[in-house]
Amino acid sequence: MERLLSFESDHLRATELRLGLPGSDKPSVRPKNNKRASSEISQESKSNSCASNAGNDDERDSAPPAKVQVVGWPPIRSYRKNTLQVQAKTSESELCRGMYVKVSMDGAPYLRKIDLKVYTCYPELLNALENMFQLTIGKYSEREGYNGSDYAPTYEDKDGDWMLVGDVPWGMFITTCKRLRIMRGSEAKGLACV
Amino acid sequence: MESESKRKKESPNTAELAVTASFPDEVLEIVLSLLTSHRDRSSVSLVCKDWYRAERWSRTQVFIGNCYSVSPEILTRRFPNIRSVTLKGKPRFSDFNLVPPNWGADIHAWLVAFAAKYPFLEELRLKRMAVSDESLEFLASNFPNFKLLSLLSCDGFSTDGLAAIATHCKNLTELDIQENGIEDSSGSWLSCFPESFTSLEVLNFANLTSEVNTDALERLVSRCKSLKVLKVNKSISLEQLQRLLVRAPQLEELGTGSFLQDLTARPYADLESAFNNCKNIHTLSGLWEAVPLYLPALYNSCANLTFLNLSYTALQSGEFAKLVVHCPRLRRLWILDTVEDKGLEAVGSNCPLLEELRVFPADPFDEEIIHGVTEEGFVAVSFGCRRLHYVLYFCRQMTNAAVATIVQNCPNFTHFRLCIMTPGLPDYLTNEPMDEAFGAVVKTCSKLQRLSVSGLLTDLTFEYIGKYAKNLETLSVAFAGRSDRGMQCVLEGCPKLRKLEIRDCPFGNEALLSGLEKYESMRSLWMSACNVTMNACRRLAKQMPRLNVEVMKEDGSDDSQADKVYIYRTVAGPRRDAPPSVLTL
Repeated sequence: MERLLSFESDHLRATELRLGLPGSDKPSVRPKNNKRASSEISQESKSNSCASNAGNDDERDSAPPAKVQVVGWPPIRSYRKNTLQVQAKTSESELCRGMYVKVSMDGAPYLRKIDLKVYTCYPELLNALENMFQLTIGKYSEREGYNGSDYAPTYEDKDGDWMLVGDVPWGMFITTCKRLRIMRGSEAKGLACV
Repeated sequence: MESESKRKKESPNTAELAVTASFPDEVLEIVLSLLTSHRDRSSVSLVCKDWYRAERWSRTQVFIGNCYSVSPEILTRRFPNIRSVTLKGKPRFSDFNLVPPNWGADIHAWLVAFAAKYPFLEELRLKRMAVSDESLEFLASNFPNFKLLSLLSCDGFSTDGLAAIATHCKNLTELDIQENGIEDSSGSWLSCFPESFTSLEVLNFANLTSEVNTDALERLVSRCKSLKVLKVNKSISLEQLQRLLVRAPQLEELGTGSFLQDLTARPYADLESAFNNCKNIHTLSGLWEAVPLYLPALYNSCANLTFLNLSYTALQSGEFAKLVVHCPRLRRLWILDTVEDKGLEAVGSNCPLLEELRVFPADPFDEEIIHGVTEEGFVAVSFGCRRLHYVLYFCRQMTNAAVATIVQNCPNFTHFRLCIMTPGLPDYLTNEPMDEAFGAVVKTCSKLQRLSVSGLLTDLTFEYIGKYAKNLETLSVAFAGRSDRGMQCVLEGCPKLRKLEIRDCPFGNEALLSGLEKYESMRSLWMSACNVTMNACRRLAKQMPRLNVEVMKEDGSDDSQADKVYIYRTVAGPRRDAPPSVLTL
């Protein structure tokens, strides 16, 4: 029986680092931060459209180490264990933690991150970008893009192409957008004239 | 059948008895060649010398449950005409990292022997073996008739080895790579199948991660008209899947790739129609990263499904319930516990033909989770699925009463594997040990062959097992029992016991040695983190020369304790390829 008691005292409660918006409703399924497991996995599928969320892993890696576990218990094959942990991280970050994408601005020294899930349409997103970077983007027109403003918002899509923000329907945009870049107006002209 | 042919010869006239001795071997061989079960064949070979001889010449398939129980030399000497070999290597607990690396079970020596004696080898099925790229290259180059390669839970090779197989095995019909510890450096192996290669019937690379060349895959699928089983990996998108399905409407088993939203791509209708066009699909798996949006494309295909494997798909109860409504013919179901009890209720309501259920934990290491499945889900399934006979169930709580109800509803269990994930957890309602639960299982389920126990258990559980589980062949025990008596009851009471695996139990030398005579009738015994000493192991080894007694030492542990013991019967003597951490006594 001593053995059972020692297991209980071995169980530490890991403090958990929560990501996600304040007040966001989260289901309790939470992936464990298991560095050993993630280093055993070869690169994640490239078809994952929100690959930019890999940046989330940096934040998770700074969480406290996983609590003491009994070796080989519960009895789940290593392959399955590793796969589920990777999946849990991925699906969590996409579905519940928001769709974080990196935003760079030409001339700015470091990048920012925003959660696309928070916005429901382009004007909201552009407004947020204007606030975040203290600049004006101006109005979008199909014919002329963001002509007349200092900056133009562009994004890299799943296929690796740089597109002008606003050309495709919002729904399609948020699932294909991998990262944002606020280009100087002069450079962005090239995109709008296609 | 055998006794019949013998009886014919033993006609009323005793003079004709002499004819029995000269019953032509060729005829006997033809008769025996119709026997496929390896246990039947073993029985046949024991009848008399003639039958032994005929059996060994006519045997084409061999199954070796423990690769160290026999040597390649002994095997090839006895059976000259083998075309198909199944080999299992490491003890099952190696799946859970309990076996040291480099433990053994290397396939290479076998392949070298086969190249000399079985150059016409066609099939190789390996489980828990160490397989290197060199071995795969050797295999690909030395067996011109090679057709079938199945690797399950093996390790040591990379996609380079697979490239060799694809390049050289011109007659390959089956390539099945499952849950292996493999180094997946690139998907280019798939492009190594030559354009002239068309014989593939089974291709399973679901558990590899690198992207493959989808054009090459499409061309391969198009030209292999006999392809019946296709299980792709996560890197294949819905759009790509649709294109594959269109080229292979004859598929019977399908493992999809990623089921994630792919909004810029194919309209939904094309996907649905591609699925509908595959009228023969009875097995479905994959659905990596499935998001509910595209699941309805499957609904029509589900009508004929007999096996649905969602064990890598984290579906919630609602979306799963909507799916399972369309699967009335389901016989086997593997799911994650994200579907919760509600999801299992839906199974009970919709799948009356269900025979096998496996519920895996999505997040086994987080004890703060209060979701997952409970005893209620299991009970709900048992009410709706009376034909259930195989269950693997991971849960965080259970009661004796629930299990009693379950086996009352489903008395035909052959495999009952219950894993209550916190070690030593009692019945959460009564706070009593779970003895009565497993007592109910063994008392009610007379056909029980395999049992895994968990929760807080005293010796009483093992008394029940020894008393009632007369057909039990495999028993797995962890964190259970109170004294040696527990293990002794099992060793004394279960006549058909073949595999016993025990970890973290208070069983010691007396228990170990009480099974002295039993172990030769078993395939193997595993005991780790119990109370067994080196001296007892030495004594066992000395008294039973036909057993290999191997002890795996941990760094820094007490020298007199035997941390991990693996005992198995063998005709090959002690093995010579053990690493330094494994002592053969």
